[in-house]
Amino acid sequence: MTEEIIIAGFGGQGVLSMGKILAYSGVMQNQEVSWMPAYGPEMRGGTANVTVILSDEKVSSPILHEYDTAIVLNQQSMNKFEKAVKPGGILLFDPNGITTPPTRTDINIYKIEGTAEAANMGNPKTFNMIILGAYLKLKPIIKMENVEKGLQNSLPERHHKLIPLNLKAIDMGMEKVEKFSLQ
Amino acid sequence: MSNINDIIKPENLVYKKADALSDNIMHYCPGCSHGTVHKLIAETLDELGIQDKTIGVSPVGCGVFAYNYINCDWQQAAHGRAPALATGTKRLMPDHYVFTYQGDGDLASIGTSEIMHAVNRGENITVIFINNGIYGMTGGQMAPTTLVGMETSSSPYGRDISIHGYPIKITEILAQLPGAAYVTRQSVHNATAVRKAKKAVKKAFEVQGKAIGTSIVEIVSTCSSGWKMTPTGANEWMTENMFPNYPLGDIVDKSKPKQEDLEQFPLK
Amino acid sequence: MGELKLMKGNEVIAEAAIRCGCDGYFGYPITPQSEIMEYLALREPWKETGMVFLQAESEVAAINMIYGGASCGKRVMTTSSSPGMSLMMEGLSYIAGAELPCVIVNIVRGGPGLGTIQPSQADYNQATKGGGHGDYQSIVLAPATVQEMYDFVELSFDLAFKYRIPAIILSDGVIGQMMEKVTLGEFKPRWTAEQIEQMSGSWATTGMKGRKMNVTTSLRLQSEDLEKHNNNLQAKYRTIEKEEVRFDEYMTDDAEYILVAYGSSARICHKTVELAREKGLKVGLLRPITVWPYPTKRLQELAQKAKGMMAVEMSAGQMFIDLKLAVNGKTPVEYYGRMGGMVPSPSEVLGALEKQLIGGANNE
Ligand SMILES: Cc1ncc(C[n+]2csc(CCOP(=O)(O)OP(=O)(O)O)c2C)c(N)n1
Ligand SMILES: [Mg+2]
Repeated sequence: MTEEIIIAGFGGQGVLSMGKILAYSGVMQNQEVSWMPAYGPEMRGGTANVTVILSDEKVSSPILHEYDTAIVLNQQSMNKFEKAVKPGGILLFDPNGITTPPTRTDINIYKIEGTAEAANMGNPKTFNMIILGAYLKLKPIIKMENVEKGLQNSLPERHHKLIPLNLKAIDMGMEKVEKFSLQ
Repeated sequence: MSNINDIIKPENLVYKKADALSDNIMHYCPGCSHGTVHKLIAETLDELGIQDKTIGVSPVGCGVFAYNYINCDWQQAAHGRAPALATGTKRLMPDHYVFTYQGDGDLASIGTSEIMHAVNRGENITVIFINNGIYGMTGGQMAPTTLVGMETSSSPYGRDISIHGYPIKITEILAQLPGAAYVTRQSVHNATAVRKAKKAVKKAFEVQGKAIGTSIVEIVSTCSSGWKMTPTGANEWMTENMFPNYPLGDIVDKSKPKQEDLEQFPLK
Repeated sequence: MGELKLMKGNEVIAEAAIRCGCDGYFGYPITPQSEIMEYLALREPWKETGMVFLQAESEVAAINMIYGGASCGKRVMTTSSSPGMSLMMEGLSYIAGAELPCVIVNIVRGGPGLGTIQPSQADYNQATKGGGHGDYQSIVLAPATVQEMYDFVELSFDLAFKYRIPAIILSDGVIGQMMEKVTLGEFKPRWTAEQIEQMSGSWATTGMKGRKMNVTTSLRLQSEDLEKHNNNLQAKYRTIEKEEVRFDEYMTDDAEYILVAYGSSARICHKTVELAREKGLKVGLLRPITVWPYPTKRLQELAQKAKGMMAVEMSAGQMFIDLKLAVNGKTPVEYYGRMGGMVPSPSEVLGALEKQLIGGANNE
């Protein structure tokens, strides 16, 4: 199994840390992983993205130009990464702030109202975990116990009290993700 | 109700963006001082009518893209070397106005040698020195100007004088060099300060016109991103902590020289 | 077994230095490698191992702090990225001239000049051909994984001391910024003063108690002396070329076409080989691990049976020249690369290979 994922949105949406949790979770189930961020000043307030690869074999190229799954959290990223999903792959997006919805018919498109659900949960910081939950529902490649271990390993000790809230957000994402129908 | 077009008349104009300031959207973070200082330089170029005979030298640091915002000729220097480029330029183009725009890492760390010797030679250049006490561009590492105890990404437990030494008052050091003609320290954290800083920037260019030595304007600045504060919080923190270390005001002014000054440091 | 971690390449460099008994680090912030310094500042190794850490006022200062530390027989390291490396070239030349061991890490970014902070391999010539003035070499290791970032720190120190030569870890923003699994080794104690005296007492400036004075210098005013010194250096370089070549091969056994790439480019080419094999194309990869000394001999052997070879690098064909010199006309050699911080994709490389070599051969 090899899963090649791009997660893209604004800096501050927790894109990089979501990728980190995913990568850590992969390590917890003995997979090979790579986590490659786009870095640089464009990240300040601008766009942020990270390529995460989970595989049963050694990861070859950590930088890719097409992906099994694209998780898209703003319009710029939609413009850039909708076309980069492999045919038959998955595009998961949060419709908040999306002015031009996706149009491809050769991929599976899902939406998750992450921004809205995070507001409902009363904590905007749960946003990325809701997205992660939605993703894991679509691609159950990681056991929940390993996600929990991944959280433990990637969060600093002082944030460990937030793990139950994060797990709740993941459940929320799993519940709320839905197939997006093209108009 | 009066028609808006009746109001838009030259005689009603209260504020106008400087012509020398470009329309590009600045990349600076909210609360950053760089943008305000750019504006003051642009206004000075307008008011002195020297836009077309001014050459700026931009640093390495957040001010690296100053050439996107102030419309005049620019050179982009390597980290810390701006005073050397400015020296070469001014020596070859003595009837042009030449200024460097430098951060504290650029001027007070990697470029101490270049700035010291440029001022020591009394180069007729203007130095605009943005001291935000941190390396803004690279992500908030400690600068030589960082205050004692201040936490940065490369001094996460606070600046410790036993390891890192003291915050360098480079402007006071430069002020001691006979080649310095006008040395002042200002800030841009409120309207009064901006007005004073404007006067200082303008005077610095005027001093350059007199060819009596180097003019230096330090602007004690905020870096809300690097300091990890809100813009208003950064202003307050600066007032409480930076100003006592870096007191505002003129340090040297030989533009109207006193007799004893002239005897000690004769004009070139 | 050591500890398994998920870490960034840059952080791993810092952790490796602490664990392998590095005595001192001196550096100046520059993207994309500032994490090395920030990690050390946070980690406070001076409390644990006594390793010294200091943020220098410039790269010029940093490399000269290294010159001083290395002169004392200490295991010292600095790290930087391209513009900072250029500033270090003066110091590096002096260190090479004085035959001192040290480790230098370059997390290369796009140039020339201030360029970009995005990954590049355009400092290949600077690293492998001396870089500063004079006839000298540094041993240059090019890690392709975060694990190798770890392993090569200790290896670099070992080689640097074995030959009294600067060792450079030539990496880039891809490997520096990427997180992968890494197994951290055991802590090794720093050398004691007695050990240093025993190992390096014949040259290190540790104080002349009980022996004649030592001077570390690159100055030899008499041309006869300096030529002799240069001859000794060259002899040492020939030994290193014989003894220390390191490389890795992937599917070269039956390969008709061989990609030659190092560091992050080799990771990309690894995937290119997989894509090519899916299409039934017999493509393999040779990855120089030491880019100096270059795996010339092995490439000559492979050239005997290959239908063609292609250098793939994020620079304008700097390594391509070394490949051509090695192959010396035995088989067609092509180049494909990107510059300015652009990273080629695996399929892009395959396209270039098909167009420039495979297609060309079939048309003949
Ligand atoms: C030779 C060299 N070393 C390091 C750097 C990386 N670098 C870019 S900006 C900067 C510090 C800038 O700080 P400062 O001058 O205080 O300007 P600020 O961003 O705070 O305005 C550094 C170290 C570089 N570009 N070149
Ligand atoms: Mg600064």
